[in-house]
Formats: sequence, C-alpha cells, structure tokens
Amino acid sequence: MVMTVRRAADPLGRLRRSRRNTILVTVLLTLLSVTVLATTALGPVSVDPGTVARILAGKLFAVGDPTWDATAEGIVWAGRFPRVLLAVAVGAGLAVCGMALQAMVRNMLADPYLLGINSGASTGAALSILFGFGLGFGEYALTGSAFLGALAASLLVFFVARAAGTVTSVRLLLAGVAVGYALSALTSFLIFMSGSAEGSRSVMFWLLGSLALASWGVPLLIVVVVVILTIGVLTAWGTRLDALAIGDETAHILGVSATRFRTQLLLLVSLCVGVVVAASGSIGFVGLVIPHLARRLAGAAHAWSLPAAALMGGIFLAWADLLARTALQPRELPIGIITALVGAPFLLYLIRSLYRTT
Amino acid sequence: MITADGVSFSYGSRRALAEVSLQAVGGQVLGLVGPNGSGKTTLLRTLYHALRPQTGAVLLDGVDLGRRKTRDVAREISVVVQESPGDLPLLVSDMVLLGRTPHRSAFAANRERDHAIAAEALERVGALHLTDHPFEGLSGGERQRVLIARALAQEASHLLLDEPTNHLDVRYQHEVLDLVRDLAINAGHTVVVVLHDLNLAATYCDRVVLLEGGRIAASGAADEVLVPETLAPVYEVNVRRILLDDGFQLVFSPRGPARASSPSDPSALERTQA
Repeated sequence: MVMTVRRAADPLGRLRRSRRNTILVTVLLTLLSVTVLATTALGPVSVDPGTVARILAGKLFAVGDPTWDATAEGIVWAGRFPRVLLAVAVGAGLAVCGMALQAMVRNMLADPYLLGINSGASTGAALSILFGFGLGFGEYALTGSAFLGALAASLLVFFVARAAGTVTSVRLLLAGVAVGYALSALTSFLIFMSGSAEGSRSVMFWLLGSLALASWGVPLLIVVVVVILTIGVLTAWGTRLDALAIGDETAHILGVSATRFRTQLLLLVSLCVGVVVAASGSIGFVGLVIPHLARRLAGAAHAWSLPAAALMGGIFLAWADLLARTALQPRELPIGIITALVGAPFLLYLIRSLYRTT
Repeated sequence: MITADGVSFSYGSRRALAEVSLQAVGGQVLGLVGPNGSGKTTLLRTLYHALRPQTGAVLLDGVDLGRRKTRDVAREISVVVQESPGDLPLLVSDMVLLGRTPHRSAFAANRERDHAIAAEALERVGALHLTDHPFEGLSGGERQRVLIARALAQEASHLLLDEPTNHLDVRYQHEVLDLVRDLAINAGHTVVVVLHDLNLAATYCDRVVLLEGGRIAASGAADEVLVPETLAPVYEVNVRRILLDDGFQLVFSPRGPARASSPSDPSALERTQA
C-alpha cells in the first residue's frame, strides 16, 4: 500500500532524483567553501584558516571586529583571495562552457577551446607581450588584447559556420578547428619573428595558463560577473540543451529552433570563454573532464549537471592552482601542466568506466 | 487540420516533391504510402516545417506555418521520428519530460503537473517501468514507445509519425497503431502516419495518399486506394487482394512469370497481372 502511494506521488522518480541532486549540490557548495578557505590559507606563509575566515567575513560582509594583524590581511585579502576567486570563476566557467559545447556539437570530446577562442586570445596576448599591442589598455594591456583576439576568433568562426542561414554542428566544429590552427600558426610566427627569448618565454608561459595576474580590479570583476551570468542562463536553458543534444530535428519538434538556439549559445559561450581565457590563458582539460564527471554524479539532464559542473570546476581549479604556486616554490608552475597531468589519466579512467550502459 | 497546398521541395537539383496537395482532418488517420524514394518522409517533414516548402504552403487550421513561431507550432503538432541522444546518457524520464518543453517558458522548471502528464503518457504506452533506464540502452521497440510517449506528453492535437512500426514485432506494431487510431477516433486528433506496410495502412488508416516519384499517384479512402490496379504499377509487383471477414489483406509477389498458385476459394480473390 505504501508502495503504491509513493509511486503515485512520484511516478517518474523525479522527486527522489531532485532530492538526491539537491544533496549533491549542497555537498559541493560546502566543499567549495572549504576549498576557498583552505587554498587561501595555504601557501609559502600559511595563515590559520580561522583567521582567513574572519578576514573574509569582515571584508566581504563587514562582520566581526578587525582583530587580525595587517600582514595576514595583506596576504589573504590583497594576495591570495583574489587569485582563489579567479581560480574558482575560471574553473566554473570552463566547465559549464565545455558542457554546453558538448551538447551543441553533439560530441563528448568537445571542450571550450574547440571554437578556436583560446588561439585567438593567444595571438592577442603574443601581440601584446612581443610587440606592445594594446598599450591603450594601460595596466590591462595583456588581458585587453587577449580578449580582443578571442573576440575576433569567435566572430570569424561564427561567420564561417553560419553559411546559408543555418549553423550546423559539423560546420561549427570544422570552422573552430580551422580558425584554431590558423591562429596558432600566427602566434608561432609572431614568436619566431620577435627574436626575443624573454618574450617567447612569457608567451609560452601564458599559453600554458596562469592565474598569477589576479588582483582586485576590473578584469576580475568582469570574469566573476560573466561566469555567474553564464552559469545561470545555461542552467535555465537546461531542457533546451537536452533537446539540442539529441538532434536538430528533435529540437525543432519540441519548439526550439536549432539554428537560433545554437547562435544564442555560441554568443554566450564565446563571451564567457573569451573573458576567462583573457584573464588566465589557456588552461586545458577542465572544460573536457569536469563535464563528464558532473554527468556521472548528477545525471545527463543539463538542468542538474550544469550547476554540478560549475561547482566541481571551481573546486578543482582552486586546488590545481594551489599546487601550481606551491609545488616548486618559489617558482610557479603553469597551471595548465597540472590540469593536464591530473586530467588526462583521469579522463582515461573515465573513458573505460563511463557510458558502459549499452 | 493540416493542409498542404501545392507543396514542392527539391534537394539541390533532385526534385523530391512536386505540387503535392493533401488535407488531414481531425478524427481521422491519414496514411502516407509509396515505394522507397517516393517522397513520403519529405512530405511528412514539410508538414511540420522541418523542411520549408519551396513553393506552395502548409496550413495549420488555415494559417500558414511559416507565419507561426516554432514553439507555437510545437504545441499543436507533435512528431515521432527516430533520433537518439547518442553518447549523452539521458534517462527515459528525461526524454519524455522533454515533450513538455513547448509548454514552458524558456526559464521555467518542470512542475509537478508536467511530471504527472509525462508519467501518464509513459503509462499509456506501457513503458512506465522503464522510467529510470537510460534511453540508449532500450530495445528498438521500447525506444519507439518512449518517443510516442514524448509526443503524447506534448499534448498536441496533431500527431505526425514517421514509420512508427519500424523495429517493432507484430504485437507492438498493432498496439502502437491501435493507440494512434484511438487518439484520432476518441480524442479527435489529426493523425498523419508514414507507413511501409500496406496491410497496416489498410487496417488503421481512414484515408491514404499514395506517392510515386514525388507526386500523388492516388488518394482517397483506404479501401479505394489500396487496390491491385493502383498498387501494382507503382510498386512494380504483382498484387492480390484477399477479402477477409473484417477487411482485406494484400499479398505481393515478384513480377515475371506468373507463379502457380491455387487459392482455395477463387471467389474471394481479385487478381491483377499488371
């Protein structure tokens, strides 16, 4: 009797699943808070996590008395916290953009750099580092010109892919790959032409990704705002993403114009990836691996797997960045090396164990 | 009511439909039949504007589909076509709930009512027990039923199906078409169905449109169109029609030298040697 009552109340098992996912998101949020505290506390000079918590609470929410010493505040508030914040935002942004692109081109190997956006940003960064391009942006010359490069690349991909009034997944994939190759070659050519070993090293470092440029300022604010916006909109578009991932015909049948929706997605994802890459360089693997893991924990439906991916991406990148700045101190390891070293074996494991249902 | 008015469509230079006109009305099942490549599926796809007619127009209750939003059309026309989520491990419940998409604004979540409607649709096709399974892992017949459930969850008054009996064994072929016919007869839906099997068309369709090379070869009541004189030249086979107590059955044999066959009751046989 009890069974039938429960079945009637929740015939699709949706309530059960949504309860489970609510718990998952709560756990991930808790983990994220712990991560932020821990990665802000840890470093060459460790600060007691309790002090970190008090400083952050005081600064962010004006709670408690400022009883901490100025050195701790300098380390936590001016030094590490903006960097941790950037790591979380970049990780979350790359994870959700990767997931959206995988649905958009119907390919589980897609990642945020598929559209050549990172190659465009790299070209912009190389121009800035090697030839002083974008000096008009003042202290944000590097970030600004990287963003312009990202923008140029995504516009190019978009116009190539949008031939004859439709945007198909295959054309999008091919256009992204072609533009990516062309711009990577251009970056290499710029490095070759500059003849500056120092400059080449800086470009190389940038290509591998780094969060070392993080500081309180407009770029950080923009990244945080754009990433939050992207997570919100993509999550709200969850069911339409499900439909698009099945196929253009299915999307059409369900009242979603595939070309129009893909265009909207493309604009949003390009903006988010462009902003993220401009601030942090090309950090690989986060946008490829995290979506798979999120689907495994939260199910394939995007309404749940997207927020899960955002939280997991943020947590993962904060820890990866801690490793980047402490593993070989005082030298800083490019974070892209860490994400790839951790991500690749993990992906190999996932490939073996994932999607074994059929 | 769906009306095609002089619809033509070409893939590049290959003409797939030439000036096709038809009308599908509520309360009836309209069957689209014809040999491979005759334009059945192309015609069906123009009826929900997955393909836009290059000349002519498709009208939904008298209004040109081209003047209506995709989402508004999706509330009135539901479609069953084979398309699978590939690598994305969506569950059956996810698939069926997608049928509610056109009824929700872009930013709204599924409400309890949507769940109830989706569950009822699954129950109706006898697939409620599959709700927690990944769609990809289902058999062909189970998939077909889930896709029909998704169309039912869409609560549209027009239902279009492209070969819904593909991959189904005999029992489910009849169950699915029974269900579809029930929607037309008892709920007054307009149903258009592409069928390969002419005997299924004979049993479940009120009216039939026979296509040949992108043109209408014949159209009308099922028992008037599905006669040996009409079918034999279009399909290029020998056709015999055997009368049964509750209808008729078509029997096909290859052309060429007539096979020796001795029906037990010659009077129950109409025979055409085209």
